[in-house]
Amino acid sequence: MASSSHIQNSEALETETKRESQLAAERAKKHLKSRRAREWRFKLWGRAAVLFALASLIWLLFSLAGTGFTAFQQNFMTLDVELTESVISPDGTRDPQELRGANYRRVLQETMYDLFPEVTERRERRDLFALTSASGATHQIRLMVYNDPSLIGQTVTLTVPTSDNVDQLLKGYIDRDLPESLRKVSNEQIVWIDSLKKRGIIKKKFNTILFTHPDSRDPELAGIAGAVVGSIMIVVIAFLLALPIGVGSALYLDEFAPKNKWTDLIEININNLAAVPSIVFGLLGLAIFINFMGLSRSIPLVGGMVLALRAFPTIVVATRAALRSVGPGIVNGALSLGASHTQSVFQQKLPLAAPGILTGSIIAMAQVLGETAPLLMIGMVAFVTEVPNSVTDPSTALPVQIFLWSDSAERAWSERTAAAIIILLVILILMNGLAIWLRNRLEKRR
Amino acid sequence: MTQKAIYFALSVVMALTACQDPSLDLTSAKSSEIRVVGSSTVYPFSTKVAQEFKNITGHNVVVEATGSGGGHKLFCSGSGKETPDVTNSSRRQKKSEFELCKKNGVKGIVEVKIGYDGIVLANSLTAPNMDMSLKDIYLAFAKNTPVSDTDCTLRPNPYTTWSEIKPDLPATRIEAYGPPPTSGTRDAFVEIAMEGGAKEIDCLAKLAETDEGAFEVAAHTLREDGLWIDGGENDNALVQTLVNTPSAIGVFGYSFLDQNIDKIKGARIEGIEPEFENIVAGEYKVSRSLYFYLKKDNIDFTPGLKEYALEFTSDQAVGEGGYLAEIGLVPLQGPEREKIRADVEVLKTYSQ
Repeated sequence: MASSSHIQNSEALETETKRESQLAAERAKKHLKSRRAREWRFKLWGRAAVLFALASLIWLLFSLAGTGFTAFQQNFMTLDVELTESVISPDGTRDPQELRGANYRRVLQETMYDLFPEVTERRERRDLFALTSASGATHQIRLMVYNDPSLIGQTVTLTVPTSDNVDQLLKGYIDRDLPESLRKVSNEQIVWIDSLKKRGIIKKKFNTILFTHPDSRDPELAGIAGAVVGSIMIVVIAFLLALPIGVGSALYLDEFAPKNKWTDLIEININNLAAVPSIVFGLLGLAIFINFMGLSRSIPLVGGMVLALRAFPTIVVATRAALRSVGPGIVNGALSLGASHTQSVFQQKLPLAAPGILTGSIIAMAQVLGETAPLLMIGMVAFVTEVPNSVTDPSTALPVQIFLWSDSAERAWSERTAAAIIILLVILILMNGLAIWLRNRLEKRR
Repeated sequence: MTQKAIYFALSVVMALTACQDPSLDLTSAKSSEIRVVGSSTVYPFSTKVAQEFKNITGHNVVVEATGSGGGHKLFCSGSGKETPDVTNSSRRQKKSEFELCKKNGVKGIVEVKIGYDGIVLANSLTAPNMDMSLKDIYLAFAKNTPVSDTDCTLRPNPYTTWSEIKPDLPATRIEAYGPPPTSGTRDAFVEIAMEGGAKEIDCLAKLAETDEGAFEVAAHTLREDGLWIDGGENDNALVQTLVNTPSAIGVFGYSFLDQNIDKIKGARIEGIEPEFENIVAGEYKVSRSLYFYLKKDNIDFTPGLKEYALEFTSDQAVGEGGYLAEIGLVPLQGPEREKIRADVEVLKTYSQ
């Protein structure tokens, strides 16, 4: 009896457990389904995010390339300029000082008027003269005569940029179909431009000026050479200062410093420093380097020092992460073979962490290259017409140049701003590419 | 291998870092370039002169756009090689700034007026033409306006569309993008257009004579209910906004209107178009004078400083058809220009 009831009981239990497990399976299936749905949704969101980021990037690049690409070409005019002695050196002394200040505008005017002898009225002549880049062309003549006074009296052939308006018209940025009053180029000027184009005097060429000239007030004469050299100086100084100090502090904090309140405080502060708005570093630089130490405004030396402060926390954080990623086995191995702590750190750990440190530093340098706000405080947002020769010459930086150009009134600046941004992006891509290449190379070695 | 390379790199870095020190001495010795700071409105003209001056004489001129106020502050920080030689200003130097200069030992300041700049109220080419008086401008943009011409009890500005102010203005919402408070253009707009408009209201004009402080509060405060919007300093962005928002009006300097005549048009003020000739003749009311201030003390150790000032006041720069007029500076008229040129020649200092 007892046994049969036991059997009955166990049977009932079995069916019970079966039903239960069936239920559980159903529940599990349901759960599994919802879990898969969640996974699927997450993947979808992820893809959407990546797609959105890509689309924004592509849109940015295309809009930049669309406006900026035309700036890499520019319209030039080839002129035969007669260097009349009676205009340049009326008294025939050819004194260098006098040659510098001579009336080259007059020489250039005569050249332009000769292109269209039928134009005689004063106002028309002024419009005709406006086709050429007055500042650029006169300076080119000035340099030529100043360097070689024997040219006076001869006729020389010059290639000078057209004025920005002519260039914009020929590139299609100024609409010919608009009513005359709404254009910066008059009907007459369009006729002249077309005629010069037909005669082969105006030709489109690669815009070397953009790469070889410093900043200028006239868009057709403006280049990024000064800003690029300034930027290179700043990045190099920032790198030379921030890398040793940054790596050194990270090594000390991670490997040698005692763990106490003070080192904790320093650690928190360094991490905090990485998030401080960069203009604060500019204020600091202004107070210390310029007001206290008495260095000049607008020089790359100060810019580099200020941005070294900016790069320092990034380098420290990257270095510490790289040091921690080195497995303990290697250090322990070195210690067990009798190496001192210092030896194990410098001979084993640091070389293995080097790729990570390098990547971190190069990214920090890319940050430095793109920084504008702190440079505003130390006077590097400035108009400088010379490529700096040393770190103590006044200079600007590439992002500052972009900022200044974007705020200028003439239409021709917009394509040049976009072109400068393209160049900045290319430099950044090259720097990041270098980081990846170096990392791969160093990782292969070990 | 790697480790040796790293040590080598580190030692090179250390050595180079150490090398930075000696070059520090050079900086104090070298300061031959002319240093210009100040107004961003004068900046385009100042840089043009800097470029031409450099071409002719070889002297390097560094121009910084710090804004008029920032410029005076730097300029008046003292005299000596490390201080700016010139500051540009889109308004006259304030009394307080002059006092600061005196306090910090700046002995001689030469004030040079270089020309005018019109302030325009522009909208998109597709938007209706506007013709407003200074009084309309005041009523459109003041925070508090008087109840009527005779009763100067101030109440919050009730106008939301232009046609409520004057029936022949368009029935569009008042929406204006203007320069931020840090801008000299804003100061000038408030002082000339707003104050001028306020004085056309009888009781406010009386108030100006009796209680200047109260008048200034009434005339100078722009509305804060979202109909006047402080734009950024970037006028190109502002032009783009106007094209995209045809109902909006933008307030900026004449040169940006001049460069964008295919996109925007200026409102007539008191019936006068904002055109070059009208600003020269002084018929267009909302225009201000532009200046630069030169530190006479610095002439001894900044070579070319006086010549720079002479170039800025020369006929080829600010004369009729000069290179500054080509890029939008509204030059002074003959006799006044000659007088200012003569003052620069003898470096006549000024005081307040």
